[in-house]
Amino acid sequence: MFQEIPSGLCLVLSGIIFSIGAIGAITRRNVIVIFMCIELMLNAVNLAFIASGNAFSSMDGAVFVFFIMTVAAVEAAVGLAIFVMVFRLQGTVNADEVNLLKG
Amino acid sequence: MDALGFKFILFMITALVVIVSSILMATRKNPIHSALWMIVTFFAMAVIYLLLNAQFIAVAQVMVYAGAIMMLILFVIMMVNMDKGDEKDTTKAPWSFGKKMAAALLMVILLVELLFGALFYRMTARVGDYPADAVAAAGNAKTVGALLYGQYLFPFEVASILLLIGIVGAVVIAKRNK
Amino acid sequence: MVVMKPELAFGWIIPEIVITLSAVFILLLSAFRRKNDIGRLAGGVSLIGAGLALFFTCRLWNSDIDIYNGLYTIDNFGLFFKALVLVISLLVTLLSLRYVEREEMIKGEYYALLLFGILGMMIMVSSNHFVTIFIGLEVMSIAIYVLCGLLIGNPRSAEASLKYFLLGAFATAFLLYGIALIYGTTGILDVREIARYVTSGNFLITPAFMAGMALLIVGFGFKTASVPFHMWTPDVYEGAPTSITAYMATGVKAAAFGAFLRVFYTALYPFLTEWSGMLWVIAVLTMTLGNITALMQNDIKRMLAYSSIAHAGYILIAFAVGDRIFSASILFYLLVYTFMNIGAFAVVILLGRKEAPNTGIESYAGLATRHPMIALAMSVFLLSLAGVPPLAGFMGKFYVLSDAIKAGYYWLAIIGVLNSVVAVYYYLRVIMYMYFKEPEGEIGRMDLSPAYAVVIVISIWALIHMGIFPRSFLLIARESVNIFM
Repeated sequence: MFQEIPSGLCLVLSGIIFSIGAIGAITRRNVIVIFMCIELMLNAVNLAFIASGNAFSSMDGAVFVFFIMTVAAVEAAVGLAIFVMVFRLQGTVNADEVNLLKG
Repeated sequence: MDALGFKFILFMITALVVIVSSILMATRKNPIHSALWMIVTFFAMAVIYLLLNAQFIAVAQVMVYAGAIMMLILFVIMMVNMDKGDEKDTTKAPWSFGKKMAAALLMVILLVELLFGALFYRMTARVGDYPADAVAAAGNAKTVGALLYGQYLFPFEVASILLLIGIVGAVVIAKRNK
Repeated sequence: MVVMKPELAFGWIIPEIVITLSAVFILLLSAFRRKNDIGRLAGGVSLIGAGLALFFTCRLWNSDIDIYNGLYTIDNFGLFFKALVLVISLLVTLLSLRYVEREEMIKGEYYALLLFGILGMMIMVSSNHFVTIFIGLEVMSIAIYVLCGLLIGNPRSAEASLKYFLLGAFATAFLLYGIALIYGTTGILDVREIARYVTSGNFLITPAFMAGMALLIVGFGFKTASVPFHMWTPDVYEGAPTSITAYMATGVKAAAFGAFLRVFYTALYPFLTEWSGMLWVIAVLTMTLGNITALMQNDIKRMLAYSSIAHAGYILIAFAVGDRIFSASILFYLLVYTFMNIGAFAVVILLGRKEAPNTGIESYAGLATRHPMIALAMSVFLLSLAGVPPLAGFMGKFYVLSDAIKAGYYWLAIIGVLNSVVAVYYYLRVIMYMYFKEPEGEIGRMDLSPAYAVVIVISIWALIHMGIFPRSFLLIARESVNIFM
């Protein structure tokens, strides 16, 4: 077997992606884009799990990623249904315009 | 060029693709462009998973994320933003103080993490029982499957309930009120 | 390759099975019955299910066993929280019986999702493994995202659902990244194994591990509504159906604190000095900001939302103290908090109408002359929330603060006391409105069905009983936290 990719590098990559996702989720206004940024964060988490699992030959990381994917799929289904409902009631999916509740 | 070099260079290229496409995803005005860049990100991620000996997850990534989830997102964008096309001048919108602070804080966290991740990375973990070549010999999907139906049976069953909740919830929420 | 055979330990998870079956049964019922008569039936089924599950949970008391290869644990700590969330589900179901009719919600799915949420909480609090904790958390969260939006056609409810969903998913990502970093530095996902490994001498604490710990605090902080991760709370609590607000304010908080405690008091306990300071700051911020913002609220649901933030702060005092025996007072506090909060929300529901939720403080003006009993009940709940003896709220605060003093955290205790003094103001303000203000406009007939009365009477009885005889409950809490020893 050849030598593996250093997992420190993978963790750095996952940190970068996570931060891009987090900053995007905070600064964007379209809730669908915010949701995509959150999906990106989950992907960064997946990368961290896979990289660490690979580094110390453990499969638990891969199994955890499987569960995260399940959850991401369910969140997508429920979340997009919520977006559709909000759009029907308020005619917009911009986070700034959806503000009946003060705060 | 030996095998190590090839793998490493491939990793660096894909990592670059992932970073660039995710930045583009987070900054495009038009949500549809964002979604398309997101798909690029997901595919590049799948390549990285392959490089990290996670074949099963790589395939699942393509099918679940790039296939199902992005499909759904694109579908909803089409449904919701059909007439507008894009969100209103995001880039010009004045950021509130809170947003600026939060973004700045996250930037700092990012930098610190990068620094520490690169400088102080140390193998501190306990080594597991699944070395890559043994897993490859047994079959990656087979190993994951055996774990899911063996050790991880309980959360696996609960995940099925989670999917049921997802179905019921999505139907209830999206039901048109008369 | 190690292939482990699954074990089928059904005997230990009967409560979970009962809850799941009742939820599925309700879903099937609502698929096959006509829409208008489903409400009571579904409510009845969910009451029976939760009651049975509570019975089986109590039967399992004092067992301590790992099942499903260590992915699920039946111990007193988990059983305490399971019993607590089941009691919450019983009370909330009773509150919902009339409320869902009044608000014309979709009934069958409402009760089913309520039970699924409870299932998630039960799974989350009784596991020592990050995978199961995470899956349980998500089962709970996704059920509640939907429940928040169930006032179909009400834009506020939809907005609450949207906000809770976005921030909940955001928080989940942080929590997961925390777990990923801890996994990346230890290679283990089992909470107790981590504790064993980090103290074994092979482990070296690295910045990545510290970052993982901090991210776990962020993730759990969102779920427990602690400052600075609380921004969603008032909006979501205001917009969601009131019965679901009660459910979130008590159930989610209890379950989140359960998992939070388990993770931090086992896996991360060797690093107490590292996280205790962080929680100290969060506790102080949570109490102070919650109480001060609550002073300025004119909407009772928002006021109760900020008050629930403040109460999370009091609980975090005991958490930050970090003594394993003292964590019993957290459990006691959560128990007490459940009854006073559900009681208060019951009164809020009673005053509401379909057309007008009547959650403004002026709706409470003159309540004492019109409905003296309800005003009295509300006063009991508010006084207990304020921490006035002999009600249980006082004992809860007393234990938490005396723990802080015993452990030498004087400043924390002083800030806690000052905060509870501030808090008295806004609770008394409502009582003053009820007793000394002239009513504005007609409230109309109160729809006091027996179910509401049962909830209110049980809550008052529990508050008085636990206020005067707290010992036995505290002992139960002590037995529950024995697993940390």
